[in-house]
Amino acid sequence: MNEILKAAVYPILVMGGLAAIYALGLGVAARVFYVYVDPRIPQVEELLGGANCGGCGYAGCSDCAAAIVEGKAPVNACVAVGPDKWEAIAKILGKSVEVGERHVAHIMCRGDRQKAKRRFQYMGINDCRAAVLVAGGDKECVYGCLGLGTCVRNCPFGALSMGENGIPIVDRDKCTGCGTCTRVCPRGVPKLLPESQKVATVCNSHDGPPVVKKLCEVGCLGCGICKKVCPEKAVTIENNLSVVDPSKCTLCGKCMEKCPTGAIQQILPA
Amino acid sequence: MHEAWTFSDYLLLIVGAILVNNILLVRFLGNCPFLGVSKKMDTALGMAVAVIFVISCTGPITWFVQHHLLEKFDIVYLRTLAFILTIAVFVQLVEMVIKKVNPTLYRGMGIYLPLITTNCAVLGTCFLNIDLKYNLLQTLIFSFASATGWSLALIIMAGIRERFSFARIPKNFQDTSIGLITAGLIGLSFYAFQGLAR
Repeated sequence: MNEILKAAVYPILVMGGLAAIYALGLGVAARVFYVYVDPRIPQVEELLGGANCGGCGYAGCSDCAAAIVEGKAPVNACVAVGPDKWEAIAKILGKSVEVGERHVAHIMCRGDRQKAKRRFQYMGINDCRAAVLVAGGDKECVYGCLGLGTCVRNCPFGALSMGENGIPIVDRDKCTGCGTCTRVCPRGVPKLLPESQKVATVCNSHDGPPVVKKLCEVGCLGCGICKKVCPEKAVTIENNLSVVDPSKCTLCGKCMEKCPTGAIQQILPA
Repeated sequence: MHEAWTFSDYLLLIVGAILVNNILLVRFLGNCPFLGVSKKMDTALGMAVAVIFVISCTGPITWFVQHHLLEKFDIVYLRTLAFILTIAVFVQLVEMVIKKVNPTLYRGMGIYLPLITTNCAVLGTCFLNIDLKYNLLQTLIFSFASATGWSLALIIMAGIRERFSFARIPKNFQDTSIGLITAGLIGLSFYAFQGLAR
């Protein structure tokens, strides 16, 4: 009888007892160390993109959701999800949202393999950020797109693809304006422009006219002809690069006609 | 029982656990998180801190369970079950406490804690403490040193693996394959410490 007791009852009692004590301890601890989590935070998080792109400036979507619920970030902090989701978030929080204009990324360089000169043949790691470390990149122009596709690989929404000529192409429908490409590009070639902007100077070079002329067929010289011909005074020259103010531009087309290199362009299909 | 241990004995115990009998590279325990979280230095450091903490605590706790519970009732054969239960409960408890007491630390370390429950290095160290007949102090020191050895190996691995992204690795060897090969080579190099201490 004693043997059976030892073999069968002790193990059950001891292990059961041990488990019971642990369970009790955990149960008490769960009460004592209970942390209140605002139920709206997971709701908001679900509405956010989930790409953890960092476009909002927070460490990830869950951080951003917490900031929105706590009121530290605006309801439309996540540019990636767009107005529909903003309204849903505003509804959860009982706030209203002002919908601003959507921004879309644009690659501000047309200096592809044929049109922009190269100083040497780069054979290193296939990443623009690595390429700029090698003597400042293989392109003569120090502002131009290196064409190794760092932005394409880092786009969380698959909106970028590499064109045949080595300049990335933006899929305007897929682009959410999160700005990841502008951050990963070592030269800041992709820029966020308002969705409705029709004309832009598709060049990133701040070099003066003689330098640009030597290095690239299609770069903006900063000559200022576009500024002179624009009847709406929508064009300014900033640091040797012409900039179009989309709020004044009427798509008259005079600047595009006169531009010696064709850098100023219609970027929207009419 | 043992004679009284001198200071150099303890020192040898520590060196032995960290380098000579490295729990990961020589005893081959805790390999899955070793390959799983060694891709980035940040996550490897988080995991390393969490593992050191958990092993250092569960070592002495399971020592008590063994000597004051299982041996008393003569059911040492249920050791695996009792230890796993203890480790799992402890990890849960630590997670709750950290979440409440220090949210910043929880965000850094919290996600690794559930992973540790199934880390065999933890259970392995607890068993070794018993099998090597350590007393409580030795158990504490050995647990800490073992975990440090595991973390050292993890951090070395993470440092190497971060550089893989810049290396031209043949397609068939990419990712886990080259990870395993590297782990083997690091393990081989750790065998050079054999004979340094027990």
